[in-house]
Amino acid sequence: MAQMTMIQAITDGLRTELKNDENVLVFGEDVGQNGGVFRATEGLQSEFGEDRVFDTPLAESGIGGLAIGLATQGFRPVPEIQFFGFVYEVMDSISGQMARLRYRSGNTVNMPITIRSPFGGGVHTPEMHADSLEGLMAQQPGLKVVIPSNPYDAKGLIISSIRDNDPVIFLEHMKLYRSFRDEVPEEAYTVELGKANVTRDGKDVTLIAYGAMVQASMKAAEELEKDGIDAEVIDLRTIAPLDVETIVESVKKTGRAVVIQEAQRQAGIASQIVAEIQERAILYLEAPVLRVAAPDTVYAFTQAEEIWLPNHKDIVEKVNAVINY
Amino acid sequence: MTINRHESLGLSDQDVLELYRMMLLARRVDERMWLLNRAGKIPFVVSCQGQEAQQVGAAFALDREKDYTAPYYRDVGVVLALGMTARELMLQAFAKAEDPNSGGRQMPGHFGAKKLRMLSGSSPVTTQVPHAVGIGLAAKIEKKDIVSFVTLGEGSSNQGDFHEGLNFASVHKLPVIVMVENNQYAISIPLKKQVACEKISDRALGYGIPGITVDGNDPLAVYQAVKQAADRARASEGPTLIETVSYRLTPHSSDDDDSVYRNKEEVEEAKKKDGVLTFAQYLRDLNILTDSVESDLEQSLKEEIDQATTYAEAASYAEPKSIYHHVYGE
Ligand SMILES: Cc1ncc(C[n+]2csc(CCOP(=O)(O)OP(=O)(O)O)c2C)c(N)n1
Ligand SMILES: [Mg+2]
Repeated sequence: MAQMTMIQAITDGLRTELKNDENVLVFGEDVGQNGGVFRATEGLQSEFGEDRVFDTPLAESGIGGLAIGLATQGFRPVPEIQFFGFVYEVMDSISGQMARLRYRSGNTVNMPITIRSPFGGGVHTPEMHADSLEGLMAQQPGLKVVIPSNPYDAKGLIISSIRDNDPVIFLEHMKLYRSFRDEVPEEAYTVELGKANVTRDGKDVTLIAYGAMVQASMKAAEELEKDGIDAEVIDLRTIAPLDVETIVESVKKTGRAVVIQEAQRQAGIASQIVAEIQERAILYLEAPVLRVAAPDTVYAFTQAEEIWLPNHKDIVEKVNAVINY
Repeated sequence: MTINRHESLGLSDQDVLELYRMMLLARRVDERMWLLNRAGKIPFVVSCQGQEAQQVGAAFALDREKDYTAPYYRDVGVVLALGMTARELMLQAFAKAEDPNSGGRQMPGHFGAKKLRMLSGSSPVTTQVPHAVGIGLAAKIEKKDIVSFVTLGEGSSNQGDFHEGLNFASVHKLPVIVMVENNQYAISIPLKKQVACEKISDRALGYGIPGITVDGNDPLAVYQAVKQAADRARASEGPTLIETVSYRLTPHSSDDDDSVYRNKEEVEEAKKKDGVLTFAQYLRDLNILTDSVESDLEQSLKEEIDQATTYAEAASYAEPKSIYHHVYGE
């Protein structure tokens, strides 16, 4: 096994699938010779050639439409959107088209497309370069939305996403790209889509998070342990479809939950999870389920980033509130 | 012998010297920003280097008291010529509260200043084109004698917004000038992988409007083209598409490593045609730029940029709490 950063694990996953299936195509702005502005596709064009890994003109709507056409012909397109803030340029292809083609065509057409894109805050890039827009995607039936929190999952999830026969939005948190390494197997392996991972067992409270907030939750759990509070942590891995079963099972055990998202508070995944819990486990609850989220403003400028982004202290505070309810 | 080309354009020796001063100011501000970035003092630079001639040449052809602009992130030359100061640019580079563009809320190069009739640009490229067309339509409805001038990179001309904006402007004969600054690259992607047409201006044919390609290193050629387009716009004859051809002399930004996708020789070759150098030579040949004028100019620009930098470095950041302001009207 090799030690890899999350971005290396993603590159490795892409390489694995390019090798494994000749229908896999990787394309986007600057993904060829340049290897992507974050280097996620580094070396892939020289290894697999310009027919398999190629640069597109600067036009996201075109990138999305191209993926749809290719998918109808049996290819497995893996386009990159350079920053997820630019997804607005390709929303029709994603939400209006690829998400609905299976439904519209009476199951005669399907869209095995994986759209990869960096997103997320904490690296001092301002608005449009750091926004958490996963909620927009999760609201669209027909799409799967995958957000890895570590290198091992990232490789297994990108492989599963590419092999999946429905469109997947694969979001790569920029702060996690190079912040730590994990043991990552060299061979192909998959991590199941739609299945959450319990990253810490506990009995007093359930922390539910995804992406960069998983680390913050683990850190909060360590601090809480010092005060004798035993927190369970769930890494969702996939926010659509949501693994409601794992969430509800945990909450039934702990009786308390805090849901954490980096995105702004309004109409986010956390709200959805709170609703699912109260619909399915209200009689098990010892306290209201609370949320940790960013304020409802445009993504923060650098000096405000630290107070704006949710962190482990915010989580500890909410946990104390549900424990002392 | 060098012939005087500016007189016939209605430009005095004083005018062209001022034009050159503006080009050089843009260049020196940009160079200083790279030094500040490499010293860890400012987070990011996206450069005008290699494009100053077209930017200042174009801005000088507008009515800088009346016209509207929607510049893109490389247009240091345009915004300086329109009245933004070196100090304001430095405030933006340091992302300080006093930055008139966005108070440090946006990336550097996202220009905007209501008092200069300059639209606030944002990160997604080409969005400014239909905005500028909207300004053109407003001018037509309100019968205002203004021109709406918008710029973008050649890579950005492949976005749908380019087509949608130009098509509308052409159908309605709006007073709009679309200037594509063709610097041969969109980050790592060379021109031939971006477009199959020989010239970006060829696309004008599809809109039924004039499309002109000029040497972007020659501020006088650009001045002339933009002046004609502005005259056309003011005469209600509709938009013009102008392509200015030059070369991006720096990496895409301070975060880019251009050695991955282009070689040094190509950059060195392009430097020989650098408009800042060739226009200085033109002015020297005509004895407009003498040794003493030149050294005074460099000295005064250095002082201006030193002061701007000192001021901006010492200025305060926006209060983190101000993040809550201006999401909605209060
Ligand atoms: C919609 C959108 N997609 C991608 C980007 C990222 N990006 C910023 S600049 C750029 C290249 C622009 O090239 P060009 O239009 O030629 O302008 P230049 O930078 O060369 O002046 C890209 C891809 C963006 N800002 N907006
Ligand atoms: Mg360009």
